[in-house]
Amino acid sequence: MELFKHTIHALHERLTKKEISAVELAKSVIARTDAVEPQIRSYITETREQALAQAAAVDAKITRGEVIAPLAGIPGALKDNICTKGIKTTCASKILANFIPPYDATVVDRLAAQNAVLTGKANCDEFAMGGSTENSGFFVTHNPWDTARVPGGSSGGSASSVAAGQAIWALGSDTGGSIRQPAAYCGNVGLKPTYGRVSRYGLVAYASSLDQIGPITRDVTDSALVLNAIAGYDAKDSTSINAEAPDYTKALVQDVKGLKIGLPKEYFGAGIQPEVAAAIKWAVDQLTAMGAEVKEVSLPHTEYALPAYYLIAPAEASSNLARFDGVGFGHRALGSDIIDMYKKTRSEGFGPEVKRRIMLGTYALSSGYYDAYYLKALQVRTLVKQDFDKAFDEVDILITPTAPTTAFKIGELSDPLAMYLQDVCTIPINLAGLPGISIPCGFVAGLPVGMQIIGKPLAEATIIQAAYAFEQANDYHTRFAPLGEV
Amino acid sequence: MKITRQDVENVALLSRLEMTAEELEAYSGQLNAILEYVDVLNKLDTTGIEPTAHVLQLKNVMRPDEVKPSLPQELALSNAPEAEDGYFKVPKVMEG
Repeated sequence: MELFKHTIHALHERLTKKEISAVELAKSVIARTDAVEPQIRSYITETREQALAQAAAVDAKITRGEVIAPLAGIPGALKDNICTKGIKTTCASKILANFIPPYDATVVDRLAAQNAVLTGKANCDEFAMGGSTENSGFFVTHNPWDTARVPGGSSGGSASSVAAGQAIWALGSDTGGSIRQPAAYCGNVGLKPTYGRVSRYGLVAYASSLDQIGPITRDVTDSALVLNAIAGYDAKDSTSINAEAPDYTKALVQDVKGLKIGLPKEYFGAGIQPEVAAAIKWAVDQLTAMGAEVKEVSLPHTEYALPAYYLIAPAEASSNLARFDGVGFGHRALGSDIIDMYKKTRSEGFGPEVKRRIMLGTYALSSGYYDAYYLKALQVRTLVKQDFDKAFDEVDILITPTAPTTAFKIGELSDPLAMYLQDVCTIPINLAGLPGISIPCGFVAGLPVGMQIIGKPLAEATIIQAAYAFEQANDYHTRFAPLGEV
Repeated sequence: MKITRQDVENVALLSRLEMTAEELEAYSGQLNAILEYVDVLNKLDTTGIEPTAHVLQLKNVMRPDEVKPSLPQELALSNAPEAEDGYFKVPKVMEG
């Protein structure tokens, strides 16, 4: 099997046994990218020279007999909204087309501490706003399982790079499902940690009370390894949780005996593709056969989560994106005075979805509408969170589909509202700040289906263990995308 | 119609966005569709429910007021569209 198809843990073993070199591995991934990038288009920026230099440094460590970290020498991609010192970080927006951060995000520092190899910056929906990567200001990314379809979004390039062998792992960011949904569409494992578990320092903000960085990988073991590298308290993020992160690989145990699983009935009804719901129920039956206990639960405010999100997230975005004014960094248009300069800069720099959300958020926060829209949405957020609190009094984890359908065709969802509905299964988890993981649990017409496992706050280990038990009893994680049209 | 074209013009101004007539028309329609959809929230009686702006119990994080290393001036200005004498340069703000 070619090197670019392997997992982090398999490659780490081969590196430490000196069966392969890190440079050889980096070259395999680069050659693969040469071969498939014209079809897939995962990357906004590739960092080949740097990757080869990082790999050579790891080889030198191995030669010297030093112990290397689990991610050392393993090539991975970063979503292009994570700041990298000296490397262009665009958020897939024309307004940041030439932005070169003067500092690294905390997650980048932590990956560097493990000597991970960076392949490049992955395409996404502009400022992480979207569910298909079609809102990128630069180009559309294709799904490696069917290149006529979207990879999902907003971390579409992160997911496609892992599925197509252009990276072994990737980081994405998840505000309403942007790690889990593309992972589901591309047959990967995608984990959104508890809000505050991973530092947001250096992640370009979309909706600050919802954003989290997390891994997209080929299997659950790799997910635990990347989470180990990036999780933990960071003084530079005032919303970072000050609690020690455990070793998540300790949760890689194939045992779900006595685990209480809740199936929220609201996630299996209208709007969910029947084949997707069937695949999830089949997977849950397997977990039951392994000794887990299953019961139906209710999250009665589920239908209100999506409309609440589409007020809260745009409201936060309208404030966060005020900084793009053509003064300190980014694109600047010429204007007759400063207000004219602001307006022209922002109108030229932002794409249509970003403008739509800025306007929606500005409206929801504006005088006369604040109580009716923004405050109301925050109250509904309380009710959504209380639903989860109650459910978790009875069960350990919740299982749902990650997305209501498999990957849709490029151009298929042209109406903004229809696109928003794709996030219906993932958004409530962000509103409540919970951890969630999506793992492949079946195929419908050749396209991967994602199962979402949701845990209590900071219970990443519990969802990793359940995911691992299912994964190891099946072979979905070993399948490789065909890179053609279905 | 929840939001008039005049509202959209006002919101565009507040958002510092410039819109053509066609864009104003398109955004009016789309924003109305979204606002009609979010209207479902009004089915819920939320009297007395505390708002959740944030899931964590946020408190101010304090640190000693000590001078620490920070971005050097040239790096801080390195992405500026226009800079002069160590300052960001912008078009004129005041008349006269």
